[in-house]
Amino acid sequence: MKRLLAAAFAALSLMFSQTAFSQTPPNVLVVGQIAEPKSMDPATVTAVNDFRILMNLYDGLVRYKSGTLEVEPALATEWEISEDGKTYTFKLRDGIKFHDGAALDAEAVKFNFDRMLDENNPYHDTGPFPLSFFFSAVDSVEAPDAQTVVFNLKEPYAPFLSNLAYPTGLIVSPEAVKKHGKEFGRHPSGTGPFKFAEWESNSKVVVEANADYWDGAPSLQAVVFRPITDANTRVAEMLSGGIDVMVEVPPDNLATFASDANSKVYEQAGPHLWFLILNAKEGPMADKRVRQAVNYAIDKKALVDNVLQGTAEVAAGPTPPAFAWAYNDKLQPYPHDPDKAKALLKDAGADGAELTFYVTEGGSGMLDPVAMGAAIQADLAKVGLDAKIETYEWNTFLGKVNPGLEGKADMAEMAWMTNDPDTLPYLALRTGAFPDEGGFNSGYYSNPEVDKLLEEARRETDQAKRAVLYKKMQEIVRDDAPWAFIANWKQNAVTSARVEGFELQPSFFLLLHDVKKN
Amino acid sequence: MWIYIGKRLIATVPILLGLSVIVFGMMALIPGDPATAILGSYATPENVERLNSQLGLDKPLVEQYFIWLGNLLQGDMGRSYALNRPVADEVFERFGATLVLAGASLILCSIFGLIAGIAAAVRQFGWTDRIVTFLVLIGISTPSFWLGLLLIMLFAVELQWLPASGMFAIYGGGGPLDLLRHLAMPAVTLAVVATAVIARLTRAAMLEVLRQDYIRTARAKGVSERRVIYRHAFKAALVSVIPVIGIQAGFVLGGAVYIETVFQWPGIGRMLVNAISTRDLLLVQGGVLVVAASYVFFNLIADVAQTIVDPRLR
Repeated sequence: MKRLLAAAFAALSLMFSQTAFSQTPPNVLVVGQIAEPKSMDPATVTAVNDFRILMNLYDGLVRYKSGTLEVEPALATEWEISEDGKTYTFKLRDGIKFHDGAALDAEAVKFNFDRMLDENNPYHDTGPFPLSFFFSAVDSVEAPDAQTVVFNLKEPYAPFLSNLAYPTGLIVSPEAVKKHGKEFGRHPSGTGPFKFAEWESNSKVVVEANADYWDGAPSLQAVVFRPITDANTRVAEMLSGGIDVMVEVPPDNLATFASDANSKVYEQAGPHLWFLILNAKEGPMADKRVRQAVNYAIDKKALVDNVLQGTAEVAAGPTPPAFAWAYNDKLQPYPHDPDKAKALLKDAGADGAELTFYVTEGGSGMLDPVAMGAAIQADLAKVGLDAKIETYEWNTFLGKVNPGLEGKADMAEMAWMTNDPDTLPYLALRTGAFPDEGGFNSGYYSNPEVDKLLEEARRETDQAKRAVLYKKMQEIVRDDAPWAFIANWKQNAVTSARVEGFELQPSFFLLLHDVKKN
Repeated sequence: MWIYIGKRLIATVPILLGLSVIVFGMMALIPGDPATAILGSYATPENVERLNSQLGLDKPLVEQYFIWLGNLLQGDMGRSYALNRPVADEVFERFGATLVLAGASLILCSIFGLIAGIAAAVRQFGWTDRIVTFLVLIGISTPSFWLGLLLIMLFAVELQWLPASGMFAIYGGGGPLDLLRHLAMPAVTLAVVATAVIARLTRAAMLEVLRQDYIRTARAKGVSERRVIYRHAFKAALVSVIPVIGIQAGFVLGGAVYIETVFQWPGIGRMLVNAISTRDLLLVQGGVLVVAASYVFFNLIADVAQTIVDPRLR
């Protein structure tokens, strides 16, 4: 027995004696991710968590200019849009090779889009491609010569360029797809600043610097992405030095990191909107005054400061300010004015109305939905609106809200993160986007002028002219109040002090090309 | 003996089959579907329908079940929708990690549970007994995920002796020593409740045996106290403790869900939680089948062990 104890003791002391692991190696960046990635095939994934890796492995034809949501050249050096807005011609950068050695040419680009969009393509079965509708406007892709790609659209579709900058538009190596088929997602090959090295399931994804990168070799030697689903564990790993970068820091812990000399905190507002869908078809909310009263009644500043602890900004309208070029900065958020809300409710004869309020337990971009719901309920009670909360798990919640609120509820929480100012209003504010037409207008808001502006903006390829249309739309929608506009989420991240050149993007992508680590 | 084991193994087939039907049915009953989960904000009815048909989910449920069963009989557990890889790869990789964790916990809780239980019973109402009984009470009532976080705060963040999470070091890891370092905290955390349960039951079983006439006879014969405790009493008490350890094996597998989340252990518990929330039917099916089969298997081992210890059962 004593000998056994002695042996156990010896083993234990050996275990504790090796302390070197708490420091991550120099020039290798370890990133704490929120979940295990699903696939490294950009055409098949939908989650920001996957995009964070993919944006470093691949390039698109175009990309977002750093710090903005405006497109700039990437694999394509220049492009031309035809008069009618239906033909896009791209010139490809010379001499680019995929990590597997194959050349990036027009045929390769054509292959990527055919694989996603053409059901008869022999590699269409390497999908499914859930976000391929981003390119549903594409009729055909042609490769007249090795450096020229032509997209023929079925109809003018201005968001096409920013969709190309989205991860779904990243270009993969056709050779690798042909070689690995359905397993391509585990053997990725792109043109990006980092090359795929290793994926150990549920433990790490390792990518290594691509010394031949067209935009300059990255200074990091490698990046390791570790999935750490539990937020508390992620914080503990950051504090103990097990990771260098942590994304989606819980608000409770931000202050700790901010006051710590060993770490740096980053924040960046994104193209995200947290709002309440109001049922404009029936019940008290059918009256515009009641919808405006709800907007006045909610203390958005308090929600953002207290419930979300400063991780979001108050929203003014349907378009997030992150879309700087399309955002109407004259728009002011509805002020917190309970008296005005009461007066409006009185006018509308809706004081004391009972409302059904759908709340979700959590979900993509929903921030802290249960606490938010409770705080909103309390604000509404103060102006005499009696909101009854019904709480649902996320998938159940979507199953209830997406088919429309008619006959079920007066209001519902919702959040969207998009990559083009067209997406959200086009899918959720048009008459043509009522749920029975296949859209997300679950509150049945309908204004012919808004419909017209959105259709025009979608066809207008001149960005300045498009911006004018969106700005006008925002003014009308703010006044009509089909939603209660609450918050725009700020993405946050913490890095150790050894990390330099780190920057968060409004796209919420994680770009590590320029990052250094000492 | 072998016939008994054979019969027990055959009896598991209908259990697993029935279980697969129940899981399939439950997954169909809970609202939401994989396509909606995958598409998130973009889940328009049109997109959902398109994706469902690509995933083969537009077929009637019964047909889907029999397709799955047919493939299973050929050794194919299907492909996970959410992870886009074969279910079998994922399930067995994950299950291996869980077995390491659960196995280590089971060893810890058996050793410490038995020692504590015996020590307490030998001097009933003595100081050892009081301390053990008190610790057992604390052990049983401690939420394990909370204990796990406290251990992380102490050993990983403050003292920096042990890594906070994962199964192997991210760089230059691998090897048994690295595994042990990562295993220490989760295994101890997972073992605490089970240790307490086993200690409590061992103590009760020992006390009962120690009151038996044959123990008094043994002592009267002048057999040394050490021999009385270990040869006569403990062996008899083990008969009623072994099935409890078998049940704890199941408990440890179930408890691994929280522990795996807290310590980022790449095990099957965490996989199942994710699979359910993404409505990943085939992955849930595969995972539940493997866990259920192992549960049945552990109980079988416990029963066999009991037969070996207790000649009356032979």
